[in-house]
Amino acid sequence: MQLPNKKGRFGPYGGRYVAETLMPALLELEEVYQSVRRKPAFKKQLSEQLKHYVGRPTSLYFAERLTAHFGGPKIYLKREDLCHTGAHKINNTIGQILLTQEMGKKRVIAETGAGQHGVAVATVAARAGLECEVYMGTEDMARQALNVIRMRMLGAKVTGVDTGSRTLKDAISEALRDWTANVRDTHYILGSVLGPHPYPMMIRDFQSVIGQEARQQIMRMEGKLPDLLIACVGGGSNAIGLFYPFLSDDSVKMMGVEAGGMGTKSGKHAARFATGSVGVLQGTMTVLLQNANGQILPTHSISAGLDYAAVGPEHCYYHDNGRIDYTSVTDDEALAAFHLLSAQEGIIPALESSHAIAQLSKMASSYKDDQIIMINLSGRGDKDVHQVSEIMGWTGSVTGEKT
Amino acid sequence: MSRIEATIKNIRVVREKALIAYVMAGDPTLKESIEIVLEVERAGADMIEIGVPFSDPIADGPTIQKAADRALLNDVSMADVMNMVKTLRKETKIPLILMSYCNPILAYGLTDFFKDARQAGVNGVIVPDLPPEEAKPFLPLARKHLIDLIFLVAPTSTPDRVQKILKAGSGFVYYVPLTGVTGSKLTGKDSIQKRIKDLKTLTDRPVAAGFGISTPEDAECIGSAADGVIVGSALVKIIGSASENPDYFNELSAFVSSLKSALKPSLE
Repeated sequence: MQLPNKKGRFGPYGGRYVAETLMPALLELEEVYQSVRRKPAFKKQLSEQLKHYVGRPTSLYFAERLTAHFGGPKIYLKREDLCHTGAHKINNTIGQILLTQEMGKKRVIAETGAGQHGVAVATVAARAGLECEVYMGTEDMARQALNVIRMRMLGAKVTGVDTGSRTLKDAISEALRDWTANVRDTHYILGSVLGPHPYPMMIRDFQSVIGQEARQQIMRMEGKLPDLLIACVGGGSNAIGLFYPFLSDDSVKMMGVEAGGMGTKSGKHAARFATGSVGVLQGTMTVLLQNANGQILPTHSISAGLDYAAVGPEHCYYHDNGRIDYTSVTDDEALAAFHLLSAQEGIIPALESSHAIAQLSKMASSYKDDQIIMINLSGRGDKDVHQVSEIMGWTGSVTGEKT
Repeated sequence: MSRIEATIKNIRVVREKALIAYVMAGDPTLKESIEIVLEVERAGADMIEIGVPFSDPIADGPTIQKAADRALLNDVSMADVMNMVKTLRKETKIPLILMSYCNPILAYGLTDFFKDARQAGVNGVIVPDLPPEEAKPFLPLARKHLIDLIFLVAPTSTPDRVQKILKAGSGFVYYVPLTGVTGSKLTGKDSIQKRIKDLKTLTDRPVAAGFGISTPEDAECIGSAADGVIVGSALVKIIGSASENPDYFNELSAFVSSLKSALKPSLE
């Protein structure tokens, strides 16, 4: 069965809940995407840019020290952190900027949480010579300041959003409002498998390169499929990107990891599958964190990229039919995993990806030596260095250690 | 013919245009919202659109966003809005329309929403993030409870979409004269008049225009082509000044009167 259906539905989830002003633009985007996606010229352009500009294929790295640390299954890391700009986000923006040019639009806008998507959009916009504006919650601008500077260096205008919780959700609302006003000459490059159809489908397709490569790589390296895939889930684009090409491999288990924040009972988290319910937010029907009156609840996560009240609609479908399991880890667990990977493998992971590593810590012992667990290392942690050093109390003490 | 449609058409008979005023429920308080609605009616509004506050109103500009935030500080719920309509129904006969985003309606329960809305005395419902493609579960319930489901036509709507919208909706056709959110600046009024006239050739149903109409001059200009105008942000802005402006109530009343005067035929 092909998902989504023609109306953009994954079972009951998905769809297109937007103001009429945007409907024609979404229909145009869908039409242009459907008409070019299989064209050899488009495919060639996309794959060449992914190869030469992004640096694909990214390596599938056998984490020997981490494997020894857990003393059980073989651990492989899919190194999306090695992509140009430092995360998987650029897989999608490279595709969408080509569509922007195809549609002849002169300006792109985007939302960003952790700033990785914003940087990836600013990057492709610079390269395409297009005007770019990125909306970002002011809370996120403070905790991901490095990425704000990067976007500005790339020529993008970064507009702070001071409404609501001043995080990703509010940035998306503001981007949608800008798009509503400027839809004729502007394309909205959404960054995750969220929002109205065709975004969840299209972004999944662009991100599926992760799983396609990983599947070939593991077959070459181990001659068999992995037993378990783990990825963090904010909107869920890196997770669906890794999982999608393995969905029909019944032996491959999959685990999506949401932001447990201060614990799912604390009310300060973004674990939608733990305490959420079905509703409509920002163009799509999905599982979200809301109160009894249908008002969207504030969320919390140490990781700006996972700090969002809704999950991608396709994830809800696989949650309901049991194909993918979902769980959450807390801020503290993610932080411990951040340090673990840095110390064991010399890789500083993004706080988002650290959630997947934290889940590995919980599950590794129940897997045997001859089994394989693959983690999507969706981004690198450069952007988080400042935030983590503040948490650790290291700021202001960057001097030589006293002997 | 529905009450909403009949009201606008009756106003047309006397060569006037309908004034539809938008008020956010619970801003500044539910009690004051009731008084505001009744005052706005006395000042000349022919119908009231009652906004249901939502935390993430993607089709609204900053003025209505802030009004929703203020209402949500009072924890205003859909049930409160239903009670507000019930109270209003004892005092007024003019059509009352609820404007709500999808999620508060779905959280209330779609079936209960239409049933309770009917019982409370609601005549129409506008859902800005519900295009006709997603309205399938809404339409039979609206029909069953004799509530008009009012859809929006945008300047970007293609001819086939306009047909789809006209077919789905009832009451009146809500024409958005600009690409943008509520409270945006209105420009190019001549071409707006033409587009409204073109739209009116496609339907017998009245066409009312709203988004960006903020002055009596705007109302007069747009009203000369449309059957009615909807004014929201400009009223909400005055109501929003309530805490520091003791005279806001009179100001609001005078402003609504000036809007309605602009929609009456000139006396020359």
